[in-house]
Amino acid sequence: MLKSFRGRIVVIVLAVGICGYYLWARDLKLGLDLQGGMHLVLEIDDPDGTFTAERRDSLTEQALKILRTRIDEFGVEEPIIQKRGSDRIIVELAGLDDDDRAKEIINRQAFLEWKLALPVTEVQDALPRLDRAIVTALGEDSLRALGAETRVQQADELSPELLLFPETGDTARAGDTVVTEPAPETEAAADTVAQDEEEDENLLRPFTGLLLTGGFDDKGRMVSYNVDEANVEKATMYLALEEFQRALPRNVSLQWSMDPLAQGGRFYRELYVLQEDAFLTGDQLQDASATRDQQFNQPEVLFELNRRGGRIFEQVTTIHEKERIAIVLDEEVVSAPVVEGRIRNRGSIKMRGAQMAEAADLALVLRAGALPVPLRIMEERTVGPSLGQDSIDQGQIAGIVGIVLVIAIMMLYYRAAGVLAVVALGIYLLLVLGGLSALDATLTLPGIAGLILSIGMAVDANVLIFERIREELEARRAPRTAVDEGFGNAVSAIVDANITTLITGLILFQFGTGPVRGFAVTLCIGIVASFFSAMYVTRTLFLMYLSGKRGSDPISV
Amino acid sequence: MWLFHKSKYEFIRLRRKAYVVSGVVLALGITGIGMNVVRTGTWQNYGVDFTGGVLVQIRFDQETSDSDLREALGGVNAPPITRFGQENEFVVRAPIDEESNLDEVADDIAAQVAVTYDRDGFEIVRRESVGAKVGEELQGQAAMAILFSFVLTLLYIAIRFEIRFGVAAIIATAHDILITLGLLALFRVEISLPTVAAILTILGYSLNDTIVVFDRIRENLNKRGGRREDPYRLVNRSINETLPRTVLTSGTTLAVLLSLLILGGAVIRPFTLVLILGVLIGTYSSIFIASPALLEIQRRYGTADPREKERKRAARRAAAV
Repeated sequence: MLKSFRGRIVVIVLAVGICGYYLWARDLKLGLDLQGGMHLVLEIDDPDGTFTAERRDSLTEQALKILRTRIDEFGVEEPIIQKRGSDRIIVELAGLDDDDRAKEIINRQAFLEWKLALPVTEVQDALPRLDRAIVTALGEDSLRALGAETRVQQADELSPELLLFPETGDTARAGDTVVTEPAPETEAAADTVAQDEEEDENLLRPFTGLLLTGGFDDKGRMVSYNVDEANVEKATMYLALEEFQRALPRNVSLQWSMDPLAQGGRFYRELYVLQEDAFLTGDQLQDASATRDQQFNQPEVLFELNRRGGRIFEQVTTIHEKERIAIVLDEEVVSAPVVEGRIRNRGSIKMRGAQMAEAADLALVLRAGALPVPLRIMEERTVGPSLGQDSIDQGQIAGIVGIVLVIAIMMLYYRAAGVLAVVALGIYLLLVLGGLSALDATLTLPGIAGLILSIGMAVDANVLIFERIREELEARRAPRTAVDEGFGNAVSAIVDANITTLITGLILFQFGTGPVRGFAVTLCIGIVASFFSAMYVTRTLFLMYLSGKRGSDPISV
Repeated sequence: MWLFHKSKYEFIRLRRKAYVVSGVVLALGITGIGMNVVRTGTWQNYGVDFTGGVLVQIRFDQETSDSDLREALGGVNAPPITRFGQENEFVVRAPIDEESNLDEVADDIAAQVAVTYDRDGFEIVRRESVGAKVGEELQGQAAMAILFSFVLTLLYIAIRFEIRFGVAAIIATAHDILITLGLLALFRVEISLPTVAAILTILGYSLNDTIVVFDRIRENLNKRGGRREDPYRLVNRSINETLPRTVLTSGTTLAVLLSLLILGGAVIRPFTLVLILGVLIGTYSSIFIASPALLEIQRRYGTADPREKERKRAARRAAAV
């Protein structure tokens, strides 16, 4: 008798052994919703929709590589960084303690450029034209509705040390306005302004009206305007206008400073006048590291350029001594130091008012390299560790109670056969959990629900079989025949039910994302395991149970 | 113990009453959908997964109320706030438009809360931001998933059984999905990705139940004399024969789901509710909808039994002669 099921026992022991090994060797991975973490979906930013499919694909590949390097260096355990479709990237980071920092590291393009800071006189002539461009683009009425300036600001309204309009640095006095007392160097520009003023007292100066005196270089030239923090949003909107960009002089760009500047109790942002073409970019960077500068103990990033970059840097710093060079990160000026002497391949980026961690992160992303294009966050799901822990605790209790209920019902209802079913269910659970870790799948919250649901399916299979056996026994078949017939009759229903559910599971896996996918994976593994457990394990257990009896002994079903 | 053994309930005779019950529930659901359309413009209460938007879940250390939080988030203009499970936990949902930055919307909410409440007095335990574009895609994917599994499972049944079984299963499944969607709309249950998973599970569960009954009908039909038995009696007998299994399986599944509902925590509560609803509807429909539908199809479009056809053809020939 033993012979007939020795092979079966070997198969079961093998399956249990393999799954048990996987479960023991690599812990079951918990999903982000259970242990806390961040799930991000990023996409290549293509606002004009001009990239071809191949280009999007290759840009995504490049971005993927850089993100891997960055996240590796950031040091998160077992990050998931995958490409989905042709232009999306999924990043999953578990057990973070600072989401915002991680996001900054992932999402920052880190495109670094060095540009010459030009004197503001480069744009002065163009200012009236820029104002007119804004008026043309947005229309007078809507600008007036916005509360656009009709005159150049009086400096004394804001802060005595801030002059109201570009001077070249020497003779301006507080309270002066360009309209009434233009500085000699800017006479031409101011004349135009004055003429316009004569024509129409109420003329709109949406842009010029926001500009205040900014910073100077060591040659005494002003290189930036200050803009009151309250006006930055408005000014940024003007800067983005196509008409505005067209009206700018060639090879000049206007760029904001990254951090606000506190002065006289108010906050300003500097708008730098820069040479549009960068003379050096982050490509030439060899290394970067964070440190504190010795003078003020402020965080800074030390950088080292490669040989070619060093040569360029040396050349530029020789020619442009005493001028300012703007270090531009993702279109914002991080710092604009004055060139005090020739610099070869080493320099530093001073970070005004930054934390040490920010400097460290900047150094990290600079080392890893810039993303080829900015990425856009399409989807973000963050679960704090405490919520995750609650879910685990509650899920565990609910799961245990549910399983105890199932065991109780089965044993009460089917007696000895119920005990066999419970053993088969235990093996089933081991197979599912082992299967999940073998496939490297993660257990999510909906996954637990899927698991519990497939326990329901496994129970159903056993119920179908036992009911059939009871019917056969009722028809006065011998126990052994009844068991065989019972299994035989239940097969078609079990197969059909399992396959239809499997179809649903596979489709969910195909179309689902994140949590739903977790559900689909557990459901699919659960169904396969449930089929095996009902049709093979329960059957074998029955054979063992019957082998201890003589043919005519009654069985307990 | 053998519950409902040898039961002889006249399920098929009750079918007209069942149609009325289904019709009323369906009408309620349609009313719910209509009310949603009038009030909000969408037929279901779509969550941020599908509309795009930002969800921020905040856990406070101190007792606080909905109205206090609403005040902190801008009073009348505050985004919708709902209490989440525990006493001092709230979910804030904010819509977004194509232009706005997902990050900023969520940060804004946190910043506004920090103005009124002590910075250390609360914790953001969950943040979900979905871009409008992704939301639209997910909506499309969910619809595709439901449609695909619908078509494939029915194809499978049509092959494994006879075509009329497949059609009857379509009717029963469609009935279940329509009733579920109607009730979801009526109670304004939030439709999120897990809810869609739950709806698909219902689809699977309901089919599972229907298949077990159909399997018995198929078996009884293929037994000696099965084709000659009165179809109404045969179907009714098949339902009664599978009743012990139906009750035990549904009962066990419900026991597990109830423990999940009561002890499983607030995160999966909507999900579990939908599943419980689905188990009840699925069990009901396999008895009162799927089987009567099978009979109706047979009554109207004749039998698929070849011998029966042969007999009819012979009768027609005889009549012609």
